[in-house]
Amino acid sequence: MSQSPQDETVDRTADRSSSGTNTHRADAPALIELQGVHKAFGDLHVLKDCDLTVEAGEVAVLIGPSGSGKSTLLRCINQLEEPTAGRVRIAGVTQGYEEEPLPDGRWQKLSPKRIARQRARIGMVFQRFDLFPHMTALQNVMEAPVHVLGRSKEQAREEALALLQRVGLGDRAEHYPSELSGGQQQRVAIARALAMEPELMLFDEPTSALDPELVAEVLTVLKELAEGGMTMVVVTHEMGFAREVADKVVFMDDGQILEQGTPDQVIDHPTSERLQGFLASVL
Amino acid sequence: MSTASSDPALAPARRGADPIPGRIRAKRSPRPGTWISAVIVVLLVLALANFLVTNPVFDWPTVAEYILDVKVVQGVGWTLLITVLAMILGTVIALTAAIMRRSENPVLRGVSWAYIFVFRGTPVYTQLVFWGLFTVIVPKIALGIPFGPEWFSFSTRDYFPAFWAAVVGLALNEGAYLAEIIRSGLNSVDKGQSEASKALGMGNGQILRRIIIPQAMRVIVPPLGNETIGMLKTTSLVLAVPFTLDLTFATNAIANKLYAPIPLLIVAALWYLAITSVLMVGQYYLERYFGRGFDDRPGGAGPAKRGRRARQAAVNRSATTPKNSLPEVEQ
Repeated sequence: MSQSPQDETVDRTADRSSSGTNTHRADAPALIELQGVHKAFGDLHVLKDCDLTVEAGEVAVLIGPSGSGKSTLLRCINQLEEPTAGRVRIAGVTQGYEEEPLPDGRWQKLSPKRIARQRARIGMVFQRFDLFPHMTALQNVMEAPVHVLGRSKEQAREEALALLQRVGLGDRAEHYPSELSGGQQQRVAIARALAMEPELMLFDEPTSALDPELVAEVLTVLKELAEGGMTMVVVTHEMGFAREVADKVVFMDDGQILEQGTPDQVIDHPTSERLQGFLASVL
Repeated sequence: MSTASSDPALAPARRGADPIPGRIRAKRSPRPGTWISAVIVVLLVLALANFLVTNPVFDWPTVAEYILDVKVVQGVGWTLLITVLAMILGTVIALTAAIMRRSENPVLRGVSWAYIFVFRGTPVYTQLVFWGLFTVIVPKIALGIPFGPEWFSFSTRDYFPAFWAAVVGLALNEGAYLAEIIRSGLNSVDKGQSEASKALGMGNGQILRRIIIPQAMRVIVPPLGNETIGMLKTTSLVLAVPFTLDLTFATNAIANKLYAPIPLLIVAALWYLAITSVLMVGQYYLERYFGRGFDDRPGGAGPAKRGRRARQAAVNRSATTPKNSLPEVEQ
């Protein structure tokens, strides 16, 4: 199936209305589908044959020791890493390549422009916030809507202010990131990602760089997002958050997905020894 | 949290009563080195002043006579014009070369490397002589297919006067140096910045224009100021083209006519110092502009311009970091 540009333009008003509930249409493809994803840096195999499915409206939490490949798996979803083998599909659409292989068996890579359009549908929040330091909070949030979606400045400003309000920073709009605390910066980063009206959000250890007393304000925003029906994949060490918010907890170790299931299954009734050992060290 | 101003007990005292009881009244440790060096410097300055005033070689009346001479002031204008144009053109060339060096396209990388290799590796004087001879070496430029038909041609002599030979020659040489400065500036921007931009769906050109270059400028501007001042003085070589209206040529011509080289060297030096001072003011404002949002930006007022110390105050004042609402999610 070849994609017309329309399929990929960032218009997803149709999806928004139904995303408030966790109902999964049985016939529709899963929102995120990873098939046999493998990532090697030379001889180092960071991801080994990972399969993962996340339905629309689900919250998946990735846990595991550092170096287990959680972040790499997350980054494969929005093509910040290219898998060495395997396939990533978002809403049934293969990421980074054409749907069908070429006659000689190779896969045609998409142009940078089309890859950028695919990424624009996926929000991401980083451990180190990575706000643009030369722009105010408001400019950070407006940047992509204006320059990627082509919104008018007035409309983008209005929406950005509403988003900053939503993450509790309505009065910080004119401040530069260097004038905000870590927790405030991370909430601006969340608003910046939400401004693109993404179909799903990726969080890469969003609270790991924060002072302990600032973790709560960010987790509160994440929880509200989850309650609003946003599809989320969260890499975190916050077990309390995983237990309360996750629909699905995925345990990774040494590049493999070892266990996945409900929080009750994975966190409270772990089967593998390695998961039991990991939980003992973090709980 | 209460601040000092809201608590009457801690309000700034009118007179006498120190709000901080037991404030340390410190006596400086003795620093004889400061005084000794001050005395030595004062003596040296007096000696220098004596030398400058009493030595007839400096011929201050001639300096005064020619510092505002029409030829000299025109020379200042031409020098300034060449400096500014060559720097603007050089920066554009350098930015292009630096971006080409970072390209995934090996052809562009190679072209950029070769440009920097040639223009950084040969003397600027040689390059200026070459550009001066350009209309002799290349009398005619034609558009067409090599060895094939020719659609249109023009004589270079009509379009390439000595002034532009000087500007282009200096700009191409400068661009090769600036390219390396700009490249290191672009590399200094945190990798997370381009990842965050990519994740937002921005294209490579947008990321460069909107995110990377504005941040790289903060690192690039100080050496760029250096290079501009260097360029100001390099313009004295444009007689190689030959272009003969700049400040150095003008003062030399007068010096030769009067047979008085030293006073006119002083005239030129004073003017170069004056122009450098003006350029330094421009650099200050450029640094302030591109330093916005960074803690070490110099001076100024307004929320954007406060330093690191003010950050915590801003954070506290906002009270958006809840003190007691610990997460319901944490057990």
